[in-house]
Amino acid sequence: MTLIRAEHLVKTYRTGEVDVPAVKGVDFVIEAKSFVAFVGPSGSGKSSLLNMVGCLDHPTSGKLTVIDTDVSTLDRHAAAEFRGQHIGFVFQDFNLIPVLTVYENIEYPLIMVQDWPEDKRRKQVMRLLDAVGMLGQEHKRPDQISGGQKQRVAVARALATDAKLVLADEPTANLDHDTAYRVIELMKKMRDELGTTFVFSTHDPKIMSEAEVTFMLEDGQIHQPLPKAGTIHA
Amino acid sequence: MLNILKIAVRNLARFGRRTLLTSSLITLGIVGVLLFVAVAGSFKTIMIGQFTDSMLGHLEVHRKGYVASIDSLPLNLNMQPTMIGKVEQALSKMDAVEAYAPRVKFGAMFSNFTETTSIRMSGIDPEKEAATTPLLPGRVIEGSKEGALLKPGEILIPALIARGFKVKVGDTVVIVATNRDGSVNGKTFTVRAVLESVSGPGGKDGYITIDDARALLRMKEAEVSEIAIRLKNPAQLNAVYAQLSKELSSIAGAGASAGTGTGSGDMSGTAGKGGGSGLEVHTWAALSPFSNIANMIDLLAVFIKIMMVSIVLISVMNVMMMAVYERIREIGTISAIGTPPRRILGLFLTEGLLLGLGGAALGTAISLAAIYALNVWKVTVKFGMQQNIVLSPAVSATDIMTIAAMVVIMALLASLQPAWKASRMDPVTALGHV
Repeated sequence: MTLIRAEHLVKTYRTGEVDVPAVKGVDFVIEAKSFVAFVGPSGSGKSSLLNMVGCLDHPTSGKLTVIDTDVSTLDRHAAAEFRGQHIGFVFQDFNLIPVLTVYENIEYPLIMVQDWPEDKRRKQVMRLLDAVGMLGQEHKRPDQISGGQKQRVAVARALATDAKLVLADEPTANLDHDTAYRVIELMKKMRDELGTTFVFSTHDPKIMSEAEVTFMLEDGQIHQPLPKAGTIHA
Repeated sequence: MLNILKIAVRNLARFGRRTLLTSSLITLGIVGVLLFVAVAGSFKTIMIGQFTDSMLGHLEVHRKGYVASIDSLPLNLNMQPTMIGKVEQALSKMDAVEAYAPRVKFGAMFSNFTETTSIRMSGIDPEKEAATTPLLPGRVIEGSKEGALLKPGEILIPALIARGFKVKVGDTVVIVATNRDGSVNGKTFTVRAVLESVSGPGGKDGYITIDDARALLRMKEAEVSEIAIRLKNPAQLNAVYAQLSKELSSIAGAGASAGTGTGSGDMSGTAGKGGGSGLEVHTWAALSPFSNIANMIDLLAVFIKIMMVSIVLISVMNVMMMAVYERIREIGTISAIGTPPRRILGLFLTEGLLLGLGGAALGTAISLAAIYALNVWKVTVKFGMQQNIVLSPAVSATDIMTIAAMVVIMALLASLQPAWKASRMDPVTALGHV
């Protein structure tokens, strides 16, 4: 089942009087429950692409369908609602809310984005804490845990609303190799357990090798995707 | 909502020093305003009470033109018995009137047989006067406060004359007055008591009984110069003023008509003239220059409130703008994960609201404690002739609620622009902010 379909997707930024093309007419399809990496050097258009898929930004032209919705035409409010319902985000800098505990960070989207009842929230948060290996750490604040732990919490937060799609922009860039590897393994494990589609960007070749489908991006264009036989969950 | 509140509280706590500083400014503003309102209000109330309860009454009725030439205390503008009867008839029908007192006022010469000076005299009905100006007996500084205020043949003299002429209680003095026809008459009186002089019209008057005054002035009829009126509730001043003006204007024969003036606003408002061609009604404010001071106090209170509002507006807006600026990436994050813009707006508005509420609550608490302390350790002031005026600062629940509401509304308004900016922030730009 197709989760994301991009057709002739273009993103051009305007800097002063100059048009700066970031994504130059790319086409790709991402199947549900897959584990996908966009790989490329800095400035290749990875983040621009993820921003568009995540409804954080609009394409300049082309068509982008995410979970059967043409997201290229969503306005600000509709895009926020769509993100809240279907998409989870993991950021390079973790972006946990510093005043909230681990537990509250995971709970945050269930309160502020969706209105889950408290008992259901508690069950969901405890389940995710267990799944990401953070049980017992739930009362700590983000400044009391390590980078790897923060990213685990971020993964749990991304999955809290039962998102169908998790987008992770350079999720391992601020982690050492072992930790980065463990975070990728965790994401893959969550995909296996929950059936969530994970799409992440990286420029680390070792991390890249963990993806089941890899799109090589260079100068705003996609080269041939590199599937690993037998690893796509269609 | 509770969760937004919780997050807002923590965000304020995160920037504790800044929150404390802003709250302190708001608190300081509220304390300043409430203390001013309490102390100035107390001073105003006491002074107005002095004027109304020891000299003027709340309202006075005169024959038209009398007040315009009040400095000469004209005897030819006294009210005639028919007029007096109709005024008394009108007053007796008004439930809001507690008491009224007729007075004959005139200028005279005071002599202790060796020296002579001018004096303003009030001829009064002792019982009615005590009911209308209940603080008058309290002004007795020498002599007995017991029993009737005055008896026929007795005089109350102001302290200034008593000291200047070395007159004591029990001494005999002479009052010489010129009547309406220009003939002079004199009468001896025994000093019953010496009155403390107070600021304002009538504050240095001497008092004799109204019958003695009429006899001294050789009045053929029972004329009066004015009728002073005391209300059960001073807050009804303007309503009674309007009603009395209307009543007097409808008195056939009195020739009075409804005045064009207003007893507007409050006790300090300038009262207009309620009489037409025959009688006039004046509030105490129209008869006392203190009403201008009372107006100034009210004006100062308004300016101080404006200053407080400005402090709140600027400090909250400053702190909220800083809060948004420092948390741009955080705003980007919560926006990216799908937080609706209205909740982001709500979060920042709640932070502003909490700053206002916290400052208002703390400021009110400190103010109430300070006001309590000022009532325990008495504060005295001097005003004009009066020494040791003991203030009793008090602030009404309405004042507290109004000022707190102003602060909270201002805090919300000040937060609106930063909160709006946060809710409209583009998540990509915000996440990329360094």
